[in-house]
Amino acid sequence: MNPQSGLPAILCEDVRKSYPRRGQVLDGLDLVVEPGTIHGLLGPNGAGKTTAVRILSTLQRLDSGRAMVTGRDVARDPAGVRERIGVAGQYAAVDEILTGRQNLQMFGRLHHLRARVARARADKLLERFDLVAAADRPVRHYSGGMRRRLDLAVSLIRSARVLFLDEPSTGLDPRSRNDVWDAVRELAGSGTTVLLTTQYLEEADRLCSRISVLDHGRIVAEGSPAELKARVGGNLDDAFLHLTGRPMLVGVA
Amino acid sequence: MTAISAELQPLPARLAWFAADTWVVARRHVMRLFHRPDELLGTLLIPVMAVLMFGFVFGNALGAAMTLPGDEYREFLLPGLFALTMAFGIGNTTISVASDIRGGVLDRMRSLPMSPAAVLAGRSVADLLTAAVELAIVMGFGTLLGWHWHGGVGALLAAFGLLALLRLAFSWVGILLGLLVSGPEAAMKYFALLFPLAMVADTVIPTDLMPDGLAGVARWNPLSATVITTRRLFGNPSAPTTSWVAEQAPALAVAWPVAIIAVSMPLGLVRLRRIAR
Ligand SMILES: Nc1ncnc2c1ncn2[C@@H]1O[C@H](COP(=O)(O)OP(=O)(O)O)[C@@H](O)[C@H]1O
Ligand SMILES: [Mg+2]
Repeated sequence: MNPQSGLPAILCEDVRKSYPRRGQVLDGLDLVVEPGTIHGLLGPNGAGKTTAVRILSTLQRLDSGRAMVTGRDVARDPAGVRERIGVAGQYAAVDEILTGRQNLQMFGRLHHLRARVARARADKLLERFDLVAAADRPVRHYSGGMRRRLDLAVSLIRSARVLFLDEPSTGLDPRSRNDVWDAVRELAGSGTTVLLTTQYLEEADRLCSRISVLDHGRIVAEGSPAELKARVGGNLDDAFLHLTGRPMLVGVA
Repeated sequence: MTAISAELQPLPARLAWFAADTWVVARRHVMRLFHRPDELLGTLLIPVMAVLMFGFVFGNALGAAMTLPGDEYREFLLPGLFALTMAFGIGNTTISVASDIRGGVLDRMRSLPMSPAAVLAGRSVADLLTAAVELAIVMGFGTLLGWHWHGGVGALLAAFGLLALLRLAFSWVGILLGLLVSGPEAAMKYFALLFPLAMVADTVIPTDLMPDGLAGVARWNPLSATVITTRRLFGNPSAPTTSWVAEQAPALAVAWPVAIIAVSMPLGLVRLRRIAR
């Protein structure tokens, strides 16, 4: 499925990023994501998850270190990276005034799909994300869940090798969340690598084969969901995030 | 999937993709206007109100100040309002770019294999298309009030060309401002600043009737060159040219917009690249 299966799908080596008034946001991030897996980047608010995703999807520059996606350096070959990724940011980034179908077709064209292919792809994705009935309504009339599903559909217009999902289920009702989870599993089943950020261990546990815990801009724990649960005593509720709080995690990691 | 790789292609192919991407983005903005025609109304309201206020309410008084009868003043006024319409378009452009940044649409486009410059170029193509519609509507209103053009078709086309060039220049100013402001609400807050740009010029009253210092500024306003030149091309009455700047109007009507584009376009592209910092 992946012609470069020897290579990790995502590789970060000592990635650092600071903002002028904020200071260090990524403080030596190391990350390896194997091809075809769903990898969770778990961390509390402000840990640096969005920054990591933005750097890997070429939207933000890193200060130092190295970040590669499917063997391509995000700093040296951003165009090559953009050809191979799909991105669904933390907030739905679609045109509110256009309809769902128009959004999908427009982004399809901007993905350099031919008009006919873009139209067919839009129809398929509308069906898959249960948006057929709303397809020709302006997005500003969509519910939060519909908007999120459309955003995910847009990120899947072209079959990407690596998909970045930044907190894909935040703000979703349980039904929409399950739809999103199903779609993510299906994608991974067809060989796409997914890097998913979340604040919830439950989500990471349900979806991911591997989890990296991010805190203060660096990975403080890593393993399969079972390994991590064993380390924190098998307790699955949100208390885990408190465990990831400074004193406990130092011990865990 | 039948996707065509844009990387590592020769220059002609990259330019073709740039043109295609630009067109897709321009179409997007035009489609938005079909969904929300009231957005067009926002920019149109000011010139249409200006036609009514200056042409109708103050027309006779302003004409008297210029020793022109009211209907001749309206002939004088309309070319000024065409350029004013182009200037007020800056507001829409700025708000549109700032909203795309805020809403994440710009980021989404930056993550695609498309040309990033096409995001901006598409906006300016859409501005030109919108300007044509706005101009047609303001001209329609002017005609109702008795405005006519008296020149030939060639002169008419030349006048349209100059107005389009002015709008293109203001489009890139709007794009640059949109990339610099903190958000769409800031753009709206500063909207009123377009009034001096549009009015301290040879648009509504001749610069000779303005206080001395202001008249100097107004004569150098890029709008003045376009207004004076298009008045001549439309065969409408104009004030006697009493200054060097006014005599150079035809040359300045081209030089000003070209200079503005030469500055604001590269700055806009640099700013777009800096967004990644
Ligand atoms: N453009 C920016 N300028 C300044 N600070 C930023 C910027 N983006 C993010 N930050 C700061 O970086 C930290 C990490 O943010 P982020 O990557 O969004 O974390 P997360 O997604 O894990 O919540 C936060 O403190 C945030 O305020
Ligand atoms: Mg975030």
